[in-house]
Amino acid sequence: MIEAKVSDILNRYARDESSLIAVLQDLQEEYSYLPREALEQISKEMNVPLSRILSLATFFKAFSLKPKGKHPINVCLGTACHVRGAQLILEKFERELGIKTGETTQDLLFSLEAVRCLGCCGLAPVVMVGEEVHGKVTQTKVPAIIKKYKK
Amino acid sequence: MAVEKEKLYRVHLMVCAGTGCVSNHAFEIKEALEKEIKRRGLEKEVKVVTTGCNGFCERGPLMVVQPGNIFYQMLTVKDIPYLVEEHLLKGRPVKKLMYQPPEEKTPVPVLSEINFFKKQVLVALRNRGLIDPEKIEDYIARDGYKALVKALTQMTPEEIIHEVTISGLRGRGGAGFPTGLKWQLVRNAISPDNEKYLVCNGDEGDPGAFMDRSILEADPHSVIEGMLIGAKAIGATQGFIYVRNEYPLAVKRILIALDQARYYGLLGHDILGTGFDFDIRVVRGAGAFVCGEETALLASIEGRLGEPRPRPPYPAEKGLWGKPTCINNVETWANIPVIIDRGGKWFASIGTATSKGTKVFSIVGKINNTGLVEVPMGITLREIIYDIGGGIPGGKKFKAVQTGGPSGGCIPAELINLPIDYESLTAAGSMMGSGGMVVMDEDTCMVDVARYFLSFTQDESCGKCTPCREGTKAMLDILTRITEGKGTEEDLGLLEELADTIKEASLCGLGKTAPNPVLTTLRYFRDEYIAHIQDKKCPAHVCRSLNVYKIDPQICFEKGHGCDVCRRNCATDAIIGSKGEAHKIDQTKCIKCGVCFDVCHFGAVKVE
Ligand SMILES: Cc1cc2nc3c(=O)[nH]c(=O)nc-3n(C[C@H](O)[C@H](O)[C@H](O)COP(=O)(O)O)c2cc1C
Ligand code: FES
Repeated sequence: MIEAKVSDILNRYARDESSLIAVLQDLQEEYSYLPREALEQISKEMNVPLSRILSLATFFKAFSLKPKGKHPINVCLGTACHVRGAQLILEKFERELGIKTGETTQDLLFSLEAVRCLGCCGLAPVVMVGEEVHGKVTQTKVPAIIKKYKK
Repeated sequence: MAVEKEKLYRVHLMVCAGTGCVSNHAFEIKEALEKEIKRRGLEKEVKVVTTGCNGFCERGPLMVVQPGNIFYQMLTVKDIPYLVEEHLLKGRPVKKLMYQPPEEKTPVPVLSEINFFKKQVLVALRNRGLIDPEKIEDYIARDGYKALVKALTQMTPEEIIHEVTISGLRGRGGAGFPTGLKWQLVRNAISPDNEKYLVCNGDEGDPGAFMDRSILEADPHSVIEGMLIGAKAIGATQGFIYVRNEYPLAVKRILIALDQARYYGLLGHDILGTGFDFDIRVVRGAGAFVCGEETALLASIEGRLGEPRPRPPYPAEKGLWGKPTCINNVETWANIPVIIDRGGKWFASIGTATSKGTKVFSIVGKINNTGLVEVPMGITLREIIYDIGGGIPGGKKFKAVQTGGPSGGCIPAELINLPIDYESLTAAGSMMGSGGMVVMDEDTCMVDVARYFLSFTQDESCGKCTPCREGTKAMLDILTRITEGKGTEEDLGLLEELADTIKEASLCGLGKTAPNPVLTTLRYFRDEYIAHIQDKKCPAHVCRSLNVYKIDPQICFEKGHGCDVCRRNCATDAIIGSKGEAHKIDQTKCIKCGVCFDVCHFGAVKVE
């Protein structure tokens, strides 16, 4: 299964190193993390050492080596959001979900990340759940946001 | 690809579909409009167009009716039937959906009369709100690609570079390097096999800035056209647009635009039959702030770790795969077609002696009219904050504005009459940066802001050089100590010493500029540092270790009748009391999240 998918992704690009990051991005998008066996396959087929792939995978924030929740929650800690109280929003999510930033809930429904600026600072503080942007979030609105994705 | 023949419509409804408005349900508004227009049998006369970001994000969802330039704001689906009936059928614009300035009694119907828009001069954002970014025909109808035709058929590369040089355009990505000069350097650089590259830097890592995103999403062809003209000028055959990982819509829009440009013969082989070849590839960033730095960016296009390398050699001599490479920011590229079309002299007539043209700023933070604005260089901070930005919400006092992101600094309220250009921002200890302006009021703690930026740079430091990696960490530790009330006066001297070393010895701009937020806050807000150190108090009540929340029993009982809202919202059951009686906070359980303060309607919760 994974093997076919990875071949499919590899076929989208020229097999040279400048495509490596794009390949990892597609893989991340597909599985919402980088499965080990997929990386091994990429290493073999693109003829790059696994260690190089892993160094890219850990350097860039877009990549994760662990599975993420179904609904990734990204709380913006950019400057505009920070001065409007984003840290408190993040902590409220931690308490409500019972996890720390960077972790995933046991039911694999949510993972919580802090990010730097989502580019909609006009609506600060901003929280993104999956692709959906929530603006002007307050601590009291947090439970309702979580509830929306629980169904 | 089908090219849509535009029918003639009586009215166009320009619905903003920028990220801000979309999160405020702009697409539901669009659907409701289309449904209602159909129901009223107006579909042959009225067309709904979704545009890129209009700029006035604070008031979304937004719609502008053309002709007439009538500006509607904060729309809800419920308003739509009435709006369609009144405005489109009966010709009576709906006052209650228009923008009304806070202190005035009547609304302002026409967009160009609203203060937020009045002082703006649109060059890079010239098509804002006027085109559908997914239709090249809309761009062409607004004189798009006219400059390209001129550049390819009537101008030599030298003439193009000359025009850009006399325009005085300087890089909009931060450092403000003269664009014409950079192009000349790349043109002069020798490439053994004649390959030269051109890159558009759309990494936009500065938190609080979103102009590049807006340009790429709202008007991708303006960047493509700029790059085509640049390619002709420097002799490049391949271009790259590097887009930040967090901007998937921008990637989608550019890909559509590139396809359309190829379809029209504006990209690829033998462009416009002139024998000129050029194409553009999109590269997605993978989430590393340092990749906005040019050498790190080039490394990551090549598929390597996004780490900076020492310059020289500059990318102009040795860039992508060792070839001469011209790298410019999104906004820089978007200015180029206008400069070629209207002439460098015209562009240079806007702005100040050393900072020509306009600049796009995002005004965010503690300000009434958050959004994106394009203003002539040299405009004063006062005009931006008060005339355009509408001042500070809640009658609070303006304290400072942060410009230049993590590399910049905080400009205090005393400098409100500062003209905004490259030189005066630098003289004030900050920098232009990409144009993010984060406004701060009396409730913002400047020590916390300094700590915030250091934690940012510490986090984003790629770790390659020691001064940046270890130095920012040491500074962050000190700042954290101060915000926890454990700082000493020696710490301030220590911060300044560390700052000097980091500035001096770091490898790239990230480290070299990282101390700026600390240095400017020390320079202008030293008293706040002292308050944290000597009095163990955070005057703005932001640094939580120093805060104590208390409930005034009298206000709670007499005004609020012990309403109990605070207790119900408390995360840790730290509030004691039941409905009808004065409440109290158990300090041992209080985590100082401030929810009780936010939810109390009676002002009974105090923070000291
Ligand atoms: C740490 C760091 C981050 C940067 N981030 C960006 C960025 O996000 N976007 C950008 O255009 N330039 C950024 N720059 C500046 C680029 O290195 C480069 O100067 C710029 O892209 C050149 O384009 P310009 O002359 O049109 O401004 C950054 C520089 C540094 C040192
Ligand atoms: S700072 Fe949060 S969206 Fe920009």
